[in-house]
Amino acid sequence: MNINMTLIGQSITFAMFVWFCMKFVWPPIMTALEARKKFIADGLAAGDRGKHELELAAKRAKVTLHEGKIKAAEIIAQAEKRGTQLVEEAKGMAKIEGDRMVLVAKAEIEQETHRAREALRGEVASLVVAGAAKLLRREINAQVHAELLEAIKNEL
Amino acid sequence: MSAEAHTSTEYIKHHLQNLTFGQLPPGYQRGDGETLSVGTWTLAHTAREAKDMGFMAVNVDTMGFSILLGALFLFFFHRASVLATKSAANVVPGGWVNFVEWVVEFVDSSVKGSFTARNPMVAPLALTIFIWIFLMNAMDLLPIDWLPRLAGLAGLPFMKVVVSTDPNATFGMSLTVFALVLYYSVKMKGLGGFVGELTLQPFGKWGVPANLLLEGVNLIAKPVSLALRLFGNMYAGEMIFILIAIMFSGGSVMMLTGGVLQWAWAVFHILIITLQAFIFMTLTIVYLDMAHQEHH
Repeated sequence: MNINMTLIGQSITFAMFVWFCMKFVWPPIMTALEARKKFIADGLAAGDRGKHELELAAKRAKVTLHEGKIKAAEIIAQAEKRGTQLVEEAKGMAKIEGDRMVLVAKAEIEQETHRAREALRGEVASLVVAGAAKLLRREINAQVHAELLEAIKNEL
Repeated sequence: MSAEAHTSTEYIKHHLQNLTFGQLPPGYQRGDGETLSVGTWTLAHTAREAKDMGFMAVNVDTMGFSILLGALFLFFFHRASVLATKSAANVVPGGWVNFVEWVVEFVDSSVKGSFTARNPMVAPLALTIFIWIFLMNAMDLLPIDWLPRLAGLAGLPFMKVVVSTDPNATFGMSLTVFALVLYYSVKMKGLGGFVGELTLQPFGKWGVPANLLLEGVNLIAKPVSLALRLFGNMYAGEMIFILIAIMFSGGSVMMLTGGVLQWAWAVFHILIITLQAFIFMTLTIVYLDMAHQEHH
């Protein structure tokens, strides 16, 4: 309980401890704390930014989806229209083709008829000549009668 | 009965005596009856010897424990600061670093809350005061006989473990703080400003003697109250531990009661030692803040 040199020794010790703390303990810890604080603040800011961007992206996605739907509906309508058009066109073409084929068939039929008639005419002429030869029972000069036969043929 | 009372008194006195090293004058009769022929530097073997050594003596236990505790504090905190600086900011700090950072932030917020001027010395000063005093007070929680008994086995006559129960330690700190208060008062306000603060208020220039008396008491009260508050609290707490320890020699019932009381008082003391360290720190910050402030 006596006051003695310890008082001065304690003061010096205390001052030295404070000096050491001020020089080698406090500043590095504060620097580390500041660095961590900044890191955390940056992280939180980045998180906020990310969240904000996510919201924006969601909004954008919604708009894009809506536009896509509208466009799809448009495309479907156009396709339906075009389909109808194509069917109509096909119908028209088919009709034209059918008409053409009918015409061709008719022409063929006519040709065939004509050919048959020619063939028949020849046959009839030879029949007539044969018949006439039989009737006349005589040799007929083919050259003389050729004109006659031709005339008959044309009359048929 | 009187013998027992005597030993109790001796026990208490023994626990309240520092291990003092100093010079005894020639012709001095020591406690064991030996008379010194020449002046001798030695350890005091009795309280009377310690007293007679006068001012030129050192309390070896006070110095030893305070330097040991202060060195421990600085070593471990410095290690934490190195670890904290070395690791990147994105690494979660480990247990010890985390604890140190928590304490530093606590002290830093205390300083920011009460200290308005800018001075890079105040916060480290506050941290040193807080941790050092806390550690010195915490020696109180060790069972009071362990270290003195150990010292006794080593041949040392006394061993006072709780540094803050030595007024030399508390006054040493508070006077250093007081010196800082005076230094910064003069530095911030100028010598004239500081003297003016002491003499020209509260009663104006016609009441200079009264002003000086009031402000002088106000000024001197700062270091005295700082030191005595800490010393008184710790001394009283230690005293109660000693009294409880005496109960252990009073039979099994007293022993059991003493054990319970010691435990309860130790738990309560955890609060006291922290609180006293905190009060010393806060008042230091406040006093230094007042020293930095200009009165208008």
